[in-house]
Amino acid sequence: MANPIEQFKIKPIIPLEIGGVDVSFTNSAVMMVISVVLITAFLTLSVRSRALVPGRWQSMAEVFYEFIASMLRDNVGSAGRKYFPFIFSLFMFVMFGNVLGMIPGAFTYTSHVIVTFGMAIVVFIGVTIIGFARHGTHFLRMFFPEGAPILTAVILVPIELISYFSRPFSLAVRLFANMTVGHIILKVLGGFVVTLGGFYVLPGIVPFAFLGAVTVLEFGIALLQAYVFTILSCIYLHDAIHMH
Amino acid sequence: MPQFDPAFFAPQLFWLAVTFITLYVLMAKVALPKIGAVLDERQRKIDDNLDKAAQLKAEAEAAVAAYEKALAESRSHAHSVIKEAGERLAKQAEERTRDLNAKLAEQIKAGETRIAAAKDAALTNVREVALEVAGATVARLVGGTADQAKLDAAVASALKEHGQ
Repeated sequence: MANPIEQFKIKPIIPLEIGGVDVSFTNSAVMMVISVVLITAFLTLSVRSRALVPGRWQSMAEVFYEFIASMLRDNVGSAGRKYFPFIFSLFMFVMFGNVLGMIPGAFTYTSHVIVTFGMAIVVFIGVTIIGFARHGTHFLRMFFPEGAPILTAVILVPIELISYFSRPFSLAVRLFANMTVGHIILKVLGGFVVTLGGFYVLPGIVPFAFLGAVTVLEFGIALLQAYVFTILSCIYLHDAIHMH
Repeated sequence: MPQFDPAFFAPQLFWLAVTFITLYVLMAKVALPKIGAVLDERQRKIDDNLDKAAQLKAEAEAAVAAYEKALAESRSHAHSVIKEAGERLAKQAEERTRDLNAKLAEQIKAGETRIAAAKDAALTNVREVALEVAGATVARLVGGTADQAKLDAAVASALKEHGQ
Protein backbone atom coordinates (compact mmCIF):
# COMPACT_ATOMS: atom_id res chain seq x y z
CA MET A 1 0.00 0.00 0.00
CA ALA A 2 1.26 3.47 -0.85
CA ASN A 3 2.35 5.57 2.06
CA PRO A 4 -0.55 8.01 2.74
CA ILE A 5 1.95 10.66 3.89
CA GLU A 6 3.83 10.49 0.59
CA GLN A 7 1.40 12.91 -1.10
CA PHE A 8 2.37 15.77 1.22
CA LYS A 9 6.04 15.58 0.34
CA ILE A 10 7.63 18.73 -0.98
CA LYS A 11 9.70 18.20 -4.10
CA PRO A 12 11.98 21.01 -5.20
CA ILE A 13 11.79 21.60 -8.92
CA ILE A 14 14.08 24.59 -9.36
CA PRO A 15 16.51 24.96 -6.47
CA LEU A 16 16.84 28.62 -5.51
CA GLU A 17 18.55 30.45 -2.72
CA ILE A 18 18.30 34.11 -1.74
CA GLY A 19 20.63 35.43 0.94
CA GLY A 20 21.35 31.97 2.28
CA VAL A 21 17.65 31.15 2.58
CA ASP A 22 16.24 28.26 0.59
CA VAL A 23 13.41 29.55 -1.65
CA SER A 24 13.31 26.66 -4.11
CA PHE A 25 10.46 26.50 -6.58
CA THR A 26 8.68 23.36 -5.41
CA ASN A 27 5.62 21.32 -6.35
CA SER A 28 3.76 23.40 -3.74
CA ALA A 29 4.78 26.62 -5.49
CA VAL A 30 3.67 25.13 -8.84
CA MET A 31 0.15 24.65 -7.51
CA MET A 32 0.12 28.15 -6.05
CA VAL A 33 1.11 29.60 -9.42
CA ILE A 34 -1.49 27.45 -11.20
CA SER A 35 -4.13 28.67 -8.76
CA VAL A 36 -3.27 32.31 -9.35
CA VAL A 37 -3.25 31.82 -13.12
CA LEU A 38 -6.55 29.93 -13.12
CA ILE A 39 -8.28 32.39 -10.79
CA THR A 40 -7.16 35.36 -12.84
CA ALA A 41 -8.01 33.73 -16.15
CA PHE A 42 -11.41 32.65 -14.89
CA LEU A 43 -12.35 36.04 -13.51
CA THR A 44 -11.05 38.16 -16.37
CA LEU A 45 -11.98 36.01 -19.36
CA SER A 46 -15.48 35.31 -18.07
CA VAL A 47 -16.46 38.99 -17.93
CA ARG A 48 -14.63 39.92 -21.11
CA SER A 49 -17.86 40.25 -23.09
CA ARG A 50 -19.42 42.40 -20.32
CA ALA A 51 -22.76 40.86 -21.19
CA LEU A 52 -25.87 42.43 -19.73
CA VAL A 53 -27.39 38.99 -19.48
CA PRO A 54 -24.49 36.88 -18.23
CA GLY A 55 -23.50 33.53 -19.71
CA ARG A 56 -22.44 30.53 -17.66
CA TRP A 57 -18.89 31.60 -16.92
CA GLN A 58 -19.78 35.21 -16.27
CA SER A 59 -22.57 34.12 -13.93
CA MET A 60 -20.11 32.06 -11.93
CA ALA A 61 -17.66 34.94 -11.65
CA GLU A 62 -20.49 37.22 -10.57
CA VAL A 63 -21.71 34.68 -8.04
CA PHE A 64 -18.28 34.56 -6.38
CA TYR A 65 -18.05 38.34 -6.39
CA GLU A 66 -21.52 38.82 -4.92
CA PHE A 67 -20.99 36.00 -2.43
CA ILE A 68 -17.85 37.48 -0.92
CA ALA A 69 -19.18 41.04 -1.16
CA SER A 70 -22.33 40.14 0.74
CA MET A 71 -20.36 38.10 3.28
CA LEU A 72 -18.18 41.14 3.94
CA ARG A 73 -21.18 43.48 4.03
CA ASP A 74 -23.13 41.28 6.44
CA ASN A 75 -20.23 40.58 8.79
CA VAL A 76 -18.20 43.77 8.70
CA GLY A 77 -20.49 46.43 7.25
CA SER A 78 -19.62 49.24 4.90
CA ALA A 79 -16.30 49.89 6.69
CA GLY A 80 -15.07 46.54 5.35
CA ARG A 81 -15.38 47.64 1.70
CA LYS A 82 -11.66 48.55 1.62
CA TYR A 83 -10.64 45.01 2.49
CA PHE A 84 -12.80 43.36 -0.17
CA PRO A 85 -9.92 42.59 -2.58
CA PHE A 86 -7.95 40.97 0.23
CA ILE A 87 -10.84 38.86 1.55
CA PHE A 88 -11.78 37.90 -2.01
CA SER A 89 -8.20 36.88 -2.85
CA LEU A 90 -8.02 34.91 0.38
CA PHE A 91 -11.20 33.00 -0.40
CA MET A 92 -10.27 32.24 -3.99
CA PHE A 93 -6.72 31.23 -3.07
CA VAL A 94 -7.85 28.84 -0.34
CA MET A 95 -10.75 27.47 -2.39
CA PHE A 96 -8.63 26.82 -5.49
CA GLY A 97 -5.94 25.26 -3.30
CA ASN A 98 -8.49 22.92 -1.75
CA VAL A 99 -10.33 22.03 -4.96
CA LEU A 100 -7.28 21.67 -7.20
CA GLY A 101 -5.86 19.38 -4.52
CA MET A 102 -8.74 17.00 -5.23
CA ILE A 103 -7.29 16.25 -8.67
CA PRO A 104 -5.56 12.87 -8.32
CA GLY A 105 -1.83 13.33 -8.11
CA ALA A 106 -2.08 17.07 -7.53
CA PHE A 107 -0.41 18.68 -4.56
CA THR A 108 -2.60 20.42 -1.96
CA TYR A 109 -0.80 23.47 -0.61
CA THR A 110 -3.56 24.12 1.95
CA SER A 111 -2.63 20.81 3.58
CA HIS A 112 0.62 22.38 4.73
CA VAL A 113 0.34 24.06 8.10
CA ILE A 114 3.00 26.63 7.27
CA VAL A 115 0.95 27.86 4.30
CA THR A 116 -2.31 28.10 6.26
CA PHE A 117 -0.43 29.64 9.17
CA GLY A 118 1.17 32.16 6.83
CA MET A 119 -2.26 33.32 5.70
CA ALA A 120 -3.71 33.20 9.21
CA ILE A 121 -0.88 35.27 10.68
CA VAL A 122 -1.30 37.90 7.95
CA VAL A 123 -5.01 38.11 8.83
CA PHE A 124 -4.17 38.24 12.54
CA ILE A 125 -1.49 40.93 12.30
CA GLY A 126 -3.50 42.92 9.77
CA VAL A 127 -6.60 42.85 11.95
CA THR A 128 -4.62 43.87 15.03
CA ILE A 129 -3.04 46.79 13.18
CA ILE A 130 -6.48 47.88 11.90
CA GLY A 131 -7.83 47.68 15.45
CA PHE A 132 -5.11 49.86 16.93
CA ALA A 133 -5.22 52.27 14.01
CA ARG A 134 -8.98 52.81 14.39
CA HIS A 135 -9.29 52.79 18.17
CA GLY A 136 -5.80 53.54 19.51
CA THR A 137 -5.19 52.23 23.02
CA HIS A 138 -8.96 51.88 23.40
CA PHE A 139 -8.55 48.68 21.34
CA LEU A 140 -7.13 47.08 24.53
CA ARG A 141 -10.74 47.17 25.79
CA MET A 142 -11.11 44.02 23.66
CA PHE A 143 -9.45 42.18 26.54
CA PHE A 144 -11.46 43.73 29.35
CA PRO A 145 -15.00 44.83 28.48
CA GLU A 146 -16.37 48.09 29.86
CA GLY A 147 -18.56 47.76 32.93
CA ALA A 148 -17.09 44.50 34.18
CA PRO A 149 -16.10 44.54 37.88
CA ILE A 150 -12.39 45.33 38.22
CA LEU A 151 -11.79 42.18 40.27
CA THR A 152 -12.85 39.96 37.37
CA ALA A 153 -9.90 41.34 35.38
CA VAL A 154 -7.71 38.68 36.96
CA ILE A 155 -9.70 36.01 35.15
CA LEU A 156 -11.12 37.89 32.16
CA VAL A 157 -7.94 39.45 30.81
CA PRO A 158 -5.94 36.20 30.56
CA ILE A 159 -8.91 34.41 28.99
CA GLU A 160 -9.46 37.15 26.43
CA LEU A 161 -5.74 37.32 25.68
CA ILE A 162 -5.50 33.60 25.18
CA SER A 163 -8.57 33.50 22.99
CA TYR A 164 -7.28 36.44 20.95
CA PHE A 165 -3.80 35.03 20.42
CA SER A 166 -5.06 31.56 19.66
CA ARG A 167 -7.00 32.90 16.68
CA PRO A 168 -4.24 32.48 14.06
CA PHE A 169 -3.48 28.99 15.32
CA SER A 170 -7.09 27.81 15.29
CA LEU A 171 -7.57 29.40 11.86
CA ALA A 172 -4.44 27.74 10.47
CA VAL A 173 -4.87 24.36 12.13
CA ARG A 174 -8.55 24.03 11.18
CA LEU A 175 -7.82 24.31 7.46
CA PHE A 176 -4.57 22.34 7.53
CA ALA A 177 -6.04 19.48 9.60
CA ASN A 178 -9.18 19.20 7.48
CA MET A 179 -7.21 19.02 4.27
CA THR A 180 -4.53 16.68 5.58
CA VAL A 181 -6.94 14.23 7.20
CA GLY A 182 -9.24 14.23 4.18
CA HIS A 183 -6.40 13.40 1.83
CA ILE A 184 -5.04 10.70 4.14
CA ILE A 185 -8.48 9.07 4.30
CA LEU A 186 -8.79 9.18 0.50
CA LYS A 187 -5.35 7.64 0.11
CA VAL A 188 -5.99 4.90 2.66
CA LEU A 189 -9.36 4.04 1.11
CA GLY A 190 -7.75 4.04 -2.33
CA GLY A 191 -5.16 1.61 -0.99
CA PHE A 192 -7.93 -0.68 0.28
CA VAL A 193 -9.61 -0.68 -3.10
CA VAL A 194 -6.40 -1.73 -4.82
CA THR A 195 -5.33 -4.35 -2.25
CA LEU A 196 -8.75 -5.95 -1.70
CA GLY A 197 -9.79 -5.65 -5.34
CA GLY A 198 -6.53 -7.40 -6.22
CA PHE A 199 -7.75 -10.58 -4.53
CA TYR A 200 -11.37 -10.55 -5.57
CA VAL A 201 -13.55 -8.01 -7.30
CA LEU A 202 -16.36 -8.14 -4.72
CA PRO A 203 -14.43 -7.10 -1.57
CA GLY A 204 -12.94 -4.26 -3.57
CA ILE A 205 -16.37 -2.81 -4.27
CA VAL A 206 -17.08 -1.96 -0.64
CA PRO A 207 -14.07 0.34 -0.10
CA PHE A 208 -14.65 1.71 -3.61
CA ALA A 209 -18.18 2.77 -2.69
CA PHE A 210 -16.79 4.35 0.46
CA LEU A 211 -14.14 6.11 -1.57
CA GLY A 212 -16.78 7.55 -3.88
CA ALA A 213 -18.83 8.84 -0.96
CA VAL A 214 -15.81 10.29 0.83
CA THR A 215 -14.65 11.98 -2.38
CA VAL A 216 -17.99 13.78 -2.62
CA LEU A 217 -17.68 14.70 1.05
CA GLU A 218 -14.14 15.99 0.50
CA PHE A 219 -15.31 18.28 -2.31
CA GLY A 220 -17.88 19.66 0.13
CA ILE A 221 -15.20 20.12 2.78
CA ALA A 222 -12.90 21.81 0.27
CA LEU A 223 -15.55 24.48 -0.38
CA LEU A 224 -16.75 24.64 3.22
CA GLN A 225 -13.28 25.14 4.69
CA ALA A 226 -12.55 27.95 2.25
CA TYR A 227 -15.81 29.53 3.38
CA VAL A 228 -15.00 29.02 7.07
CA PHE A 229 -11.50 30.47 6.71
CA THR A 230 -12.91 33.54 4.95
CA ILE A 231 -15.87 34.15 7.23
CA LEU A 232 -13.70 33.86 10.35
CA SER A 233 -11.35 36.42 8.84
CA CYS A 234 -14.40 38.64 8.28
CA ILE A 235 -15.50 38.19 11.89
CA TYR A 236 -12.01 39.09 13.19
CA LEU A 237 -12.10 42.12 10.93
CA HIS A 238 -15.48 43.06 12.37
CA ASP A 239 -14.10 42.82 15.89
CA ALA A 240 -11.21 45.09 14.99
CA ILE A 241 -13.42 47.69 13.31
CA HIS A 242 -16.43 47.71 15.63
CA MET A 243 -14.90 46.09 18.76
CA HIS A 244 -17.34 43.73 20.49
CA MET B 1 4.99 14.26 8.28
CA PRO B 2 6.52 16.57 5.70
CA GLN B 3 4.23 19.35 6.98
CA PHE B 4 6.29 19.70 10.17
CA ASP B 5 9.70 19.68 8.52
CA PRO B 6 11.11 23.21 9.04
CA ALA B 7 13.32 22.78 5.97
CA PHE B 8 10.26 23.37 3.77
CA PHE B 9 8.94 26.37 5.69
CA ALA B 10 11.03 29.03 4.00
CA PRO B 11 10.41 28.09 0.34
CA GLN B 12 6.66 27.65 0.92
CA LEU B 13 6.30 30.93 2.79
CA PHE B 14 8.33 32.71 0.10
CA TRP B 15 6.21 31.39 -2.75
CA LEU B 16 3.04 31.90 -0.75
CA ALA B 17 3.99 35.56 -0.37
CA VAL B 18 4.90 35.91 -4.04
CA THR B 19 1.79 34.22 -5.41
CA PHE B 20 -0.62 35.72 -2.91
CA ILE B 21 0.65 39.27 -3.42
CA THR B 22 0.44 38.72 -7.19
CA LEU B 23 -3.11 37.42 -6.81
CA TYR B 24 -4.06 40.35 -4.58
CA VAL B 25 -2.73 42.88 -7.07
CA LEU B 26 -4.42 41.13 -10.01
CA MET B 27 -7.72 40.96 -8.13
CA ALA B 28 -7.60 44.52 -6.80
CA LYS B 29 -6.43 46.15 -10.03
CA VAL B 30 -7.85 43.99 -12.81
CA ALA B 31 -10.44 41.33 -12.06
CA LEU B 32 -12.62 42.86 -9.35
CA PRO B 33 -12.98 46.33 -10.95
CA LYS B 34 -14.05 44.57 -14.16
CA ILE B 35 -16.70 42.43 -12.50
CA GLY B 36 -17.79 45.37 -10.36
CA ALA B 37 -18.18 47.53 -13.47
CA VAL B 38 -20.31 44.88 -15.16
CA LEU B 39 -22.53 44.56 -12.10
CA ASP B 40 -22.80 48.33 -11.67
CA GLU B 41 -23.70 48.77 -15.30
CA ARG B 42 -26.40 46.13 -15.07
CA GLN B 43 -27.78 47.74 -11.91
CA ARG B 44 -27.75 51.14 -13.62
CA LYS B 45 -29.54 49.76 -16.65
CA ILE B 46 -32.17 48.09 -14.47
CA ASP B 47 -32.69 51.31 -12.51
CA ASP B 48 -32.91 53.26 -15.77
CA ASN B 49 -35.52 50.90 -17.14
CA LEU B 50 -37.47 51.01 -13.91
CA ASP B 51 -37.38 54.81 -14.02
CA LYS B 52 -38.55 54.77 -17.61
CA ALA B 53 -41.33 52.34 -16.76
CA ALA B 54 -42.44 54.54 -13.87
CA GLN B 55 -42.41 57.57 -16.14
CA LEU B 56 -44.46 55.80 -18.81
CA LYS B 57 -46.89 54.63 -16.17
CA ALA B 58 -47.28 58.18 -14.90
CA GLU B 59 -47.89 59.36 -18.46
CA ALA B 60 -50.48 56.68 -19.04
CA GLU B 61 -52.20 57.61 -15.80
CA ALA B 62 -52.22 61.28 -16.79
CA ALA B 63 -53.74 60.35 -20.15
CA VAL B 64 -56.42 58.28 -18.43
CA ALA B 65 -57.14 61.15 -16.05
CA ALA B 66 -57.39 63.61 -18.95
CA TYR B 67 -59.69 61.27 -20.83
CA GLU B 68 -61.90 60.83 -17.81
CA LYS B 69 -61.99 64.56 -17.22
CA ALA B 70 -62.95 65.17 -20.85
CA LEU B 71 -65.61 62.51 -20.58
CA ALA B 72 -67.03 64.04 -17.41
CA GLU B 73 -66.96 67.48 -18.97
CA SER B 74 -68.75 66.43 -22.13
CA ARG B 75 -71.23 64.49 -20.05
CA SER B 76 -72.04 67.50 -17.93
CA HIS B 77 -72.16 69.66 -21.06
CA ALA B 78 -74.62 67.28 -22.68
CA HIS B 79 -76.60 67.28 -19.50
CA SER B 80 -76.85 71.03 -19.46
CA VAL B 81 -77.75 71.15 -23.15
CA ILE B 82 -80.53 68.64 -22.60
CA LYS B 83 -81.74 70.53 -19.57
CA GLU B 84 -81.70 73.83 -21.42
CA ALA B 85 -83.56 72.40 -24.39
CA GLY B 86 -86.09 70.81 -22.05
CA GLU B 87 -86.62 74.09 -20.28
CA ARG B 88 -86.97 76.01 -23.52
CA LEU B 89 -89.49 73.53 -24.90
CA ALA B 90 -91.45 73.55 -21.66
CA LYS B 91 -91.54 77.31 -21.74
CA GLN B 92 -92.68 77.34 -25.36
CA ALA B 93 -95.34 74.78 -24.66
CA GLU B 94 -96.56 76.77 -21.71
CA GLU B 95 -96.66 79.95 -23.76
CA ARG B 96 -98.56 78.32 -26.51
CA THR B 97 -101.01 76.79 -24.07
CA ARG B 98 -101.50 80.21 -22.50
CA ASP B 99 -102.05 81.84 -25.89
CA LEU B 100 -104.46 79.16 -26.89
CA ASN B 101 -106.30 79.45 -23.60
CA ALA B 102 -106.55 83.20 -24.02
CA LYS B 103 -107.82 82.86 -27.57
CA LEU B 104 -110.33 80.27 -26.58
CA ALA B 105 -111.50 82.38 -23.67
CA GLU B 106 -111.92 85.29 -26.03
CA GLN B 107 -113.91 83.19 -28.47
CA ILE B 108 -116.03 81.82 -25.67
CA LYS B 109 -116.67 85.31 -24.43
CA ALA B 110 -117.61 86.49 -27.95
CA GLY B 111 -119.86 83.51 -28.36
CA GLU B 112 -121.51 84.22 -25.06
CA THR B 113 -122.03 87.83 -26.02
CA ARG B 114 -123.54 86.74 -29.28
CA ILE B 115 -125.81 84.27 -27.52
CA ALA B 116 -126.85 86.91 -25.04
CA ALA B 117 -127.65 89.33 -27.86
CA ALA B 118 -129.62 86.66 -29.69
CA LYS B 119 -131.48 85.86 -26.51
CA ASP B 120 -132.29 89.49 -25.87
CA ALA B 121 -133.50 89.88 -29.39
CA ALA B 122 -135.55 86.74 -29.06
CA LEU B 123 -137.01 87.89 -25.79
CA THR B 124 -137.90 91.25 -27.22
CA ASN B 125 -139.64 89.46 -30.06
CA VAL B 126 -141.44 87.22 -27.57
CA ARG B 127 -142.71 90.33 -25.69
CA GLU B 128 -143.92 91.97 -28.81
CA VAL B 129 -145.58 88.77 -29.99
CA ALA B 130 -147.06 88.29 -26.54
CA LEU B 131 -148.35 91.84 -26.53
CA GLU B 132 -149.85 91.42 -29.95
CA VAL B 133 -151.36 88.07 -29.09
CA ALA B 134 -152.68 89.42 -25.82
CA GLY B 135 -154.10 92.52 -27.60
CA ALA B 136 -155.72 90.35 -30.29
CA THR B 137 -157.09 87.93 -27.68
CA VAL B 138 -158.53 90.70 -25.55
CA ALA B 139 -160.05 92.32 -28.67
CA ARG B 140 -161.56 89.06 -29.75
CA LEU B 141 -162.91 88.08 -26.35
CA VAL B 142 -163.89 91.41 -24.92
CA GLY B 143 -164.21 93.44 -28.08
CA GLY B 144 -162.65 96.81 -28.52
CA THR B 145 -159.09 97.57 -27.72
CA ALA B 146 -157.51 96.74 -24.48
CA ASP B 147 -155.78 99.21 -22.30
CA GLN B 148 -152.20 99.29 -23.65
CA ALA B 149 -150.61 100.02 -20.29
CA LYS B 150 -152.37 97.15 -18.49
CA LEU B 151 -151.33 94.76 -21.24
CA ASP B 152 -147.72 95.81 -20.93
CA ALA B 153 -147.70 95.22 -17.21
CA ALA B 154 -149.41 91.86 -17.53
CA VAL B 155 -146.96 90.60 -20.18
CA ALA B 156 -144.00 91.89 -18.19
CA SER B 157 -145.17 90.10 -15.05
CA ALA B 158 -145.85 86.91 -17.02
CA LEU B 159 -142.39 87.02 -18.50
CA LYS B 160 -140.91 87.71 -15.12
CA GLU B 161 -142.76 84.71 -13.73
CA HIS B 162 -141.03 82.54 -16.39
CA GLY B 163 -137.66 83.70 -15.41
CA GLN B 164 -137.06 86.47 -17.88
